[in-house]
Amino acid sequence: MTLNTSRRNFLVGVSASASVLVVGLTSTDSWAASNTAAEITPFIKIDKEGTVTAILKHFEMGQGTTTGLTTLIAEELDADWDKIQIEFAPADGKRYANLLFGAQGTGGSTSIANSYLQYRKAGASARDVLIRAAAAKWSVSPSTVDIQNGLLVSGSHKAHFGEVIDDASKLNPSAEPKLKSRADFRLIGNASLSRKDSHSKTDGSAIFAMDVKVPNMVYASVTHSPKFGGTALSFDLSKAKDVPGYIDAKLLPTKTGVVVYAKNTWAVKQAREQLSIQWDFSKAETRSSDAMVTEHKKLLDTPEFSATKDTNFEATGALLASAETVVEADFLLPFLSHEPMETLNCVIEPTANGVRVYDGSQFPGLTQPTVAAILKLKPEQVEIKTVYAGGSFGRRANGTSDYEAEAAMAFALLGGKTPVKLVWMREDQVAGGYYRPMAAHRIKIGADANGKIVGWDHRTASKSIMKGTPFAGGYVHEGVDHASVEGIADTLYSIPGFSVGLSDFKSPISVLWWRSVGHSHTAFAMESALDMVATDTKKDPVTLRLSLLNSGSKDHMRASAVIKLAAEKAGWDKPLAKNRGRGFAMHKSFNSYVAEVAEVSINSDGSVKIEKITCAVDCGVAVNPDVIKAQMEGGIGYGLGAAMRNEITFTDGVVDQSNFPDYEPIRMSDFPEIDVHIVQSDENPTGVGEPGLPPIAPAVANAIFAASGKRITSLPFSENGISFG
Amino acid sequence: MKYQLSINGEKRDIEAEPGTPLLWVIRDELDLTGTKFGCGVASCGACTVHLDAEPVRSCQTSIEDVKNANVTTIEGINGKVAAAVQTAWRELDVVQCGYCQSGQIMSAIGLLSETPNPTDKNIDDYMDGNACRCATYQRIRAAIHVAAKNLEV
Repeated sequence: MTLNTSRRNFLVGVSASASVLVVGLTSTDSWAASNTAAEITPFIKIDKEGTVTAILKHFEMGQGTTTGLTTLIAEELDADWDKIQIEFAPADGKRYANLLFGAQGTGGSTSIANSYLQYRKAGASARDVLIRAAAAKWSVSPSTVDIQNGLLVSGSHKAHFGEVIDDASKLNPSAEPKLKSRADFRLIGNASLSRKDSHSKTDGSAIFAMDVKVPNMVYASVTHSPKFGGTALSFDLSKAKDVPGYIDAKLLPTKTGVVVYAKNTWAVKQAREQLSIQWDFSKAETRSSDAMVTEHKKLLDTPEFSATKDTNFEATGALLASAETVVEADFLLPFLSHEPMETLNCVIEPTANGVRVYDGSQFPGLTQPTVAAILKLKPEQVEIKTVYAGGSFGRRANGTSDYEAEAAMAFALLGGKTPVKLVWMREDQVAGGYYRPMAAHRIKIGADANGKIVGWDHRTASKSIMKGTPFAGGYVHEGVDHASVEGIADTLYSIPGFSVGLSDFKSPISVLWWRSVGHSHTAFAMESALDMVATDTKKDPVTLRLSLLNSGSKDHMRASAVIKLAAEKAGWDKPLAKNRGRGFAMHKSFNSYVAEVAEVSINSDGSVKIEKITCAVDCGVAVNPDVIKAQMEGGIGYGLGAAMRNEITFTDGVVDQSNFPDYEPIRMSDFPEIDVHIVQSDENPTGVGEPGLPPIAPAVANAIFAASGKRITSLPFSENGISFG
Repeated sequence: MKYQLSINGEKRDIEAEPGTPLLWVIRDELDLTGTKFGCGVASCGACTVHLDAEPVRSCQTSIEDVKNANVTTIEGINGKVAAAVQTAWRELDVVQCGYCQSGQIMSAIGLLSETPNPTDKNIDDYMDGNACRCATYQRIRAAIHVAAKNLEV
């Protein structure tokens, strides 16, 4: 009933050999640790057998951090790629903060961007002390010692790292070790480097939180209010008691639900079905989707906030009044659920000093204090064992640490001595909130007789993701949640007479970042609107975009380069067969530039076939080109599936969808060919997990227009009479 | 109830309530966690295992329906087809989060055992029930073709 030895070892991650070298640095661009320069930040362990282990401060949800961070260390250390091991860092904000967040956590497509120098310096620093130790051992000059694929070499001397590790660990690592020049990279930029997690994820041995089992563990699951903002008043468990394996049921102290305990997952599911709960909906969301749409549109009439310094709707209105051509459109995008394959879950068990949480932990920096507060512990008494996460797409990064908090409450309610695994069923997750907010946009664009844009009135309404969360300080300024207007207010395009207004939709429905956050809806509005301008001013969509990116700034040059590359690779200027169309979109997000061309055909029955997506990305130095391609493929696929047929809707406040049959994921037969091209760049690395997503929905909408003349301004496509075949 | 299962070449005695899905017996009782829970309604394929070499969704296969069939999970796969599939998956670095991949691999082995040289249409039809939220489909398709090719020689 317990984990077998190899799994336990993986989870605990402790090397068999006691003497390990811990090398690292306080990066000079570090957020808070910079005033404690003597502190060592551990990213590398080397044991006496010479095994190198990279300590990963970012969790792995599929985006490739186990490969990427390890590449940075192995490159500078010249470690043997096939032998280097990986281990997820414990919760420790001082050592393992995301340098862009100031706290330990993964998100915003920042893992490689914030670690690029930090992890390379750690590798270079380890290299430096190993070489010095070997030189001393062999009585040779350090300049004669080299590291070749994990082996120290000088003339006829040869040693693995473990042979000098005791001596090396006594040396002071240099704070500014010499880094390799670009020309000397053998791993960074190497497209044939294999993923570190490929093997364990193809033989069933990779451990996710769902797979963790500790002795005497019970299974727990929560039935939540069917309406957001509802609270549980009382419950009847007389029938649940008869379910074999049932253990107990408790009202959560937050009254947001009732937790049921049983001896296995099946029993807990059965027992929950027999539970009868009385709810108080007096403060709950009870509207249906139609009413919510109406409210969003009403909010567009009178923007609550100005989202840019230059916003002046009156002045923009005057420009539009004198324009030769005016393009007007409303755009509407639905609530969306993340639905990672692994449903939310974690395990919490007592330790001698507090508790241990096994979790695909995206924000240890928030989860640790949250769990500690619930259990009246100090944060350091909460140990977090990060394991692989079966996807996230933003869902596991939550300011409230919702499911970990629920697990802590469930653990405490049962007495705080019995290990608890808290599991969400798929239905809990689909109806469980933390959605990409519904978003409405109203755009009015004026162009002069030459087709030049003279004014752009853009209003948007959505529920703020950041307000009321720990992230508000960084994101909300003068009422404007930047996450609601990113991709509009900071658009790359040079737009004269540009006014951007924002209104907040208010509802108890919980919302959250969903892969690419605000860009997931703003790019659809912006890039569809530009396509409409191109049509009405009889301009080529690519030429129009390039004409708005001609300032000569680095931003404009990089954006123009991806546009040209995508157009060239897609054969943008080449003639198309009948019933075919191409659509274009470009969007900058997470400091990366992505252009996509969608090619679609219209079948004889009127259904649409997405034939091919061509993608060009500039994300700075391409650390792992194949992982970048995979992330573009994944971002495109994830966004495409949602745009095709996903939406969360409400009837009297209750979510209409429940599981994959009515929140249907993109499938193999839906999947187009995706052709990704990476721009060669010397700029520092930027995001790749999210930037592939924003352009896909508008590129496909623009392609459908090109092929059929049908302009789609709301998502999903399936709600606009579009079927795919 | 007591049941005996033939799983991955071993006989295992287990106790479970009648009607318990094979998935939960495999995961919670036998601790073979490579087989995943995704939806519980046979809509994602993460729980795919083989019953006498035929892929089935273990979340919709109750323990009493298994009878004398040989159950194979990702931990117990062997043979030429399985090796070709796993090798191709690694060669093309198909995985991202990896959570669905046990099920994908179990289905792919089923496909190639039945149809050694599948067309894209064969792949679409056979693999459509295996969802991947990371959208690794392009690589899954390519890996199946690579495995098929390597099995030819």
